[in-house]
Amino acid sequence: MDLCGVELEGPVLNASGTFDAIAARRAFGDALLERFPFHAFVSKTVTLAAREGNPPPRLWEAPAGMINSIGLPNKGLAGFLSNDLPELAGLPVPLIVSVMGFDHSELAALVEGVGAREEVAMLELNVSCPNVETGVLVGADPLETSAAVAAVRDRTSKPLLVKLSPSSVDPGAVALAAQEAGADGVSLINTLKGTALHPQTRRPWLGAGSGGLSGPAVRAVALEQVRSVADRVAVPIVGMGGIASGQDAADFMAAGAHAVAVGTESFRDPAAGARIAAELAALEGAGRAHPPQAVR
Amino acid sequence: MTASAAEPQRTLAPPERRVAEVRGVRRLGAYDLLTARDPVGPPGPRPGQFYMLAAGDRWGGGAGERPFLPRAFSHASARPHPGGGVELDFLLEDVGPGTHRLGELQPGEALMLLGPLGAGFRSPAPGTRPLLVGGGIGVAPLLCLHQERRGDAQVLVGFRSHGHAAAAELFGPGARVVTEDGSVGTLGLVTEPLGAELDADPAATVFACGPPAMLEAVRFMCAQRGIECQLALESGMACGFGACFGCVVETVDGYRRVCVDGPVFAANQLERVP
Repeated sequence: MDLCGVELEGPVLNASGTFDAIAARRAFGDALLERFPFHAFVSKTVTLAAREGNPPPRLWEAPAGMINSIGLPNKGLAGFLSNDLPELAGLPVPLIVSVMGFDHSELAALVEGVGAREEVAMLELNVSCPNVETGVLVGADPLETSAAVAAVRDRTSKPLLVKLSPSSVDPGAVALAAQEAGADGVSLINTLKGTALHPQTRRPWLGAGSGGLSGPAVRAVALEQVRSVADRVAVPIVGMGGIASGQDAADFMAAGAHAVAVGTESFRDPAAGARIAAELAALEGAGRAHPPQAVR
Repeated sequence: MTASAAEPQRTLAPPERRVAEVRGVRRLGAYDLLTARDPVGPPGPRPGQFYMLAAGDRWGGGAGERPFLPRAFSHASARPHPGGGVELDFLLEDVGPGTHRLGELQPGEALMLLGPLGAGFRSPAPGTRPLLVGGGIGVAPLLCLHQERRGDAQVLVGFRSHGHAAAAELFGPGARVVTEDGSVGTLGLVTEPLGAELDADPAATVFACGPPAMLEAVRFMCAQRGIECQLALESGMACGFGACFGCVVETVDGYRRVCVDGPVFAANQLERVP
């Protein structure tokens, strides 16, 4: 199949930040490459400067899901290009690199630096960060998103996915703004903002105070947002949010997604992506998965 | 990807969760000892490595609609199974919806399992004497180390109460036991006899696992005396293989993931045990 001009052997990706192929190879060895669970690999988000991430605790188990406040730990652009990229280039599937900039010049430097590398098939812009001048969450606002995409569009010839925030009042409008500014595709949803309190002290449990909710708990929200975005844009959609089975994946495809991504379910089983792909293929073979245009 | 050098303290895991068969659950005072046969797992997990466990059925729907994520447990012992795979023992204590559900498992039922994961204990330097220091459920990874050392390690284990001290029987008669209520062995904390042991034998290498306050005391006592010490840490984790970045601990090199960079850390990697 084709995703934004990149040939994939199937429609199942990982959600950014939910699979570290380098660490997983330390745990699983070459067997990870021989049975790689995704049809494309999406990196953790890379920022211009290195980040340590948020203070622990970083996790909370929620009903049918979890809240995380990881804080985008990464080696920064230079560290990513010199340390991580050579390893990720050895994966048996196309590589999509997620980037986040805290202003347009950072974002431009990231897109230019990552996009110049031939090992990279596609970029994903993580716009779930506030504009440092206005405080507005970029991905929640059509104008901010449009400006961010426009600032980087001519910095690379590679396809650009924009990872939408679920915190917008009108995700379709943000997706349309991204498309009009030159995005080749959109991916959604990111985590929903959530918090948890310490059972005894009633103070915030997470080191950063709040975090992002993921897992089956968010699936219905994600499915609705994919459906509403699909009504507004023509570019391909990568749908995600609590997908844990081929049936879930088929739902997202029916709602308008061209590809799907698996996140939290991979925490429960590193091979979840491969299982979901097999279940989806079986459904499609049996004619029970609707093509994207069939249902709206 | 280039091939990486094999790390001796890390046995690689198959890259998928699989079904193990519960062989039995034995009540051991306040604990349960869960035995399961992992049909395809590697026969030689390293002491200090761990597995992510979940019940095959009814994982979810407990108190607060939990559990959802698998739970991390170091194996207490591992035996190659004559029919293939490995038979594993896990020490459980019912402290929440995950451990509660695991403790309900019956022989023949399915245990979902991923592992062995993480980096286990490194072998002690030649000429040093292994000293195993365990607290509560933290004695689990020390048991397989004790078995591997074939009795040349000294064992010092501490428990809250008589019920918890039942786990000391796993180590045989040579283990020195302390309890906080004095019901078994000596009254007190493991750190009290540990000080005398360390002063008597500066050539000891300490292997410790237990609650954070105990590990911090052990770390401090070893650091004061310049004695090599390895600490097996515990952390809540979502995945166990480095994917979620949720289980970090602050080290002298910044945050490190307990699941892939640990769970065993050289004590001098930590300024303190959090």
